[in-house]
Amino acid sequence: MKIPDLAELALRNLRESILRNSLTTIGISVGVASLVAMLSLGIGLQQMASRRLVKSGLFDTIIVTSRREMRGMGREEERNGPIPGESRVLDEPARAEIDKMPNVAEAYPDIRFASELRFDDKDHMSVIAALPQSAKSNDAFEGMQGSFFTSEDASEAILQKSFAEELLGKTPALGASEPSVVDLAKPLLGKELTLVYSQRENSPPPPLRPDSAGGIEVAGASYSVVSREQKLKIVGVADLDPESMRGPTRAKVFLPLKLAEGLHVMLPTDLREISRAASGQSVYSSISVRVKNPSQIQPVEDAIKKMGFTTFSILDASRGLRQFFAVLYAFLGIFGSLALIVASVGIVNTLVMAILERRREIGIMKAIGASDGDVQKLFFAEAGAMGILGGIVGVLLGWAIGQVINFGTNIYLKRQSLPPEHFWAVPLMLVAGAIVFSFFVSLIAGTYPARRAARLDPVQALRYE
Amino acid sequence: MASTTAPTSSQDTSTFAIRSENVCRHYKMGETLIRAVDGVSLDVRAGEFVALLGSSGSGKSSMLNLIAGLDRPTSGSVIVQDRDLAKMSREELAKYRLHVVGMVFQSFNLIASMTLLENVELPLRFAEVDRGKRETMAREALERVGLKARLDHRPSELSGGEQQRAALARALINRPKLLLADEPTGNLDSHTGTEIMNMVRDFNRELGMTVVMVTHERALAERYVQRMVFLADGKLVDDRSNSPSAGGQG
Repeated sequence: MKIPDLAELALRNLRESILRNSLTTIGISVGVASLVAMLSLGIGLQQMASRRLVKSGLFDTIIVTSRREMRGMGREEERNGPIPGESRVLDEPARAEIDKMPNVAEAYPDIRFASELRFDDKDHMSVIAALPQSAKSNDAFEGMQGSFFTSEDASEAILQKSFAEELLGKTPALGASEPSVVDLAKPLLGKELTLVYSQRENSPPPPLRPDSAGGIEVAGASYSVVSREQKLKIVGVADLDPESMRGPTRAKVFLPLKLAEGLHVMLPTDLREISRAASGQSVYSSISVRVKNPSQIQPVEDAIKKMGFTTFSILDASRGLRQFFAVLYAFLGIFGSLALIVASVGIVNTLVMAILERRREIGIMKAIGASDGDVQKLFFAEAGAMGILGGIVGVLLGWAIGQVINFGTNIYLKRQSLPPEHFWAVPLMLVAGAIVFSFFVSLIAGTYPARRAARLDPVQALRYE
Repeated sequence: MASTTAPTSSQDTSTFAIRSENVCRHYKMGETLIRAVDGVSLDVRAGEFVALLGSSGSGKSSMLNLIAGLDRPTSGSVIVQDRDLAKMSREELAKYRLHVVGMVFQSFNLIASMTLLENVELPLRFAEVDRGKRETMAREALERVGLKARLDHRPSELSGGEQQRAALARALINRPKLLLADEPTGNLDSHTGTEIMNMVRDFNRELGMTVVMVTHERALAERYVQRMVFLADGKLVDDRSNSPSAGGQG
């Protein structure tokens, strides 16, 4: 029999016992709905998690270091790459090269140093880090008081909350409630802070300046270390927990990137890279590379490794996360499918009933020339039609359940004064997949009844009165 | 499709439409072996109108089922158009039933959920005839048996005679060589029974179809058939030719 004929006869037969077949189809719908609901929740949660991670600035960042820094660590990429002695220096041309790579949003040096800061004639030691303007959207600066740097080279500073407490002499006693960022920011915003630091000055001309703290000369290259001061305006106080701080935000005072670069602060690595520094190019201990999309981390990382640098990205860490979600999917999928499997037993039941009822009809069809295959296909078509109908209704049902739960949860989040979240996602692939899955499960369920109907002896079937 | 696979009468080389040789059909019911058909050898010539007669349980219906390819013999052979049904696969037997045989039953056996047109069309669906052609053929077949006005009725809305006429239309739709009828008038009053039998006789005469009819009414057989075969306890007990008394009428 041709497929349109099969479909027509199958639908006609389904209509004949409309109540029973509708109930079976509803059973399938509920199964598909539970599967769709479970998987949508999983996908939605994963999307939410990765949104948060992207916002944190961790997922799209690669840390690049010179292999010389990693000497002797024996990491895998070390062994695969060129031997450390031949590796490149992580200097300004290298940074510029990485910056120009496709898919790279920006590459900036990591500048971090400890230095003295003077405020109200009192000196405080602190770790200072430089931030690019792009860090503004980083969720680490959510809830910051004041504003972000006005430009890349403004003489401005953002303080971390605990450092603000220190400056104001308000470090809370253990167990006492912490002062709010708003209270801390009020007396500080707009005030001046003086950075006292050691500047490295390349000094090709031999005569050393008398006020220099000391000169170092190695293999013809030399530089002086000069004590300098830089006035900074406090523009912001960030509400950061120093313990939870990550990567670039692990410092107490932040400076705009270009300003920090211009200071030429004496860094510990300078001593080691001294011979290279002779060229007059800046040499960095590490560079942060931000890619345009977290999915491009791997190719960019590989390209940088080829250049002869060591890289680290949170992708390594995110693998664990992805594994977690794979397990979660499997788990949700199994639970979601259970209902569908129960529903497919309903299909078997309905079709076996139909065989008993339509025994004579099957006998007649065989007597007038239907082959075993025709009868089998007809029952398959009926099972498949129930599967597709159930799948479509189930997807709609699952989608509706998701909307209701999402809506309800957002009301709850609002009451807890938390921002609303969209943790429910029904991608088109899931819709198509669920319907196809439902169809195939139904066909499998139809196998036994279809075979049984096909093997029915027409003589026996027609003898029935 | 139907016309390509079903052999036409001109292809018939053998004078026999059906040859059965020592055919047996035994089956077990509990511990007892039932010999429904027990060594029947029967030749039917092409175009012949034969009645299988006997009391109930004589094996006449079992014999008809064997000729129809609905059942397979335990031993012996049933050769129709030079092919042994006993050696055919289930698939081949289905094709044989579809294209070579047309069947009518005592209880009409129309599908209750389908209209007459759909019932008559059903064999054409199995034969994968195109939709448009199918409907025309089914309409013509129903017109031929005088049911033009009843195309969209369901069997339950019709009288027994009308149902049997629809069943005849269905049996003939694939232009079979062989018409097998199992007590075709058993559920009909004598008037409608005569009507049906006249139609069967006309098909036999006009279309050259071989007809094998099972009946227990000897009088009915004597009026229409050319040959009467008597069965008892699964065995052929008598085989005689007959001049149909109703031959000149209708």
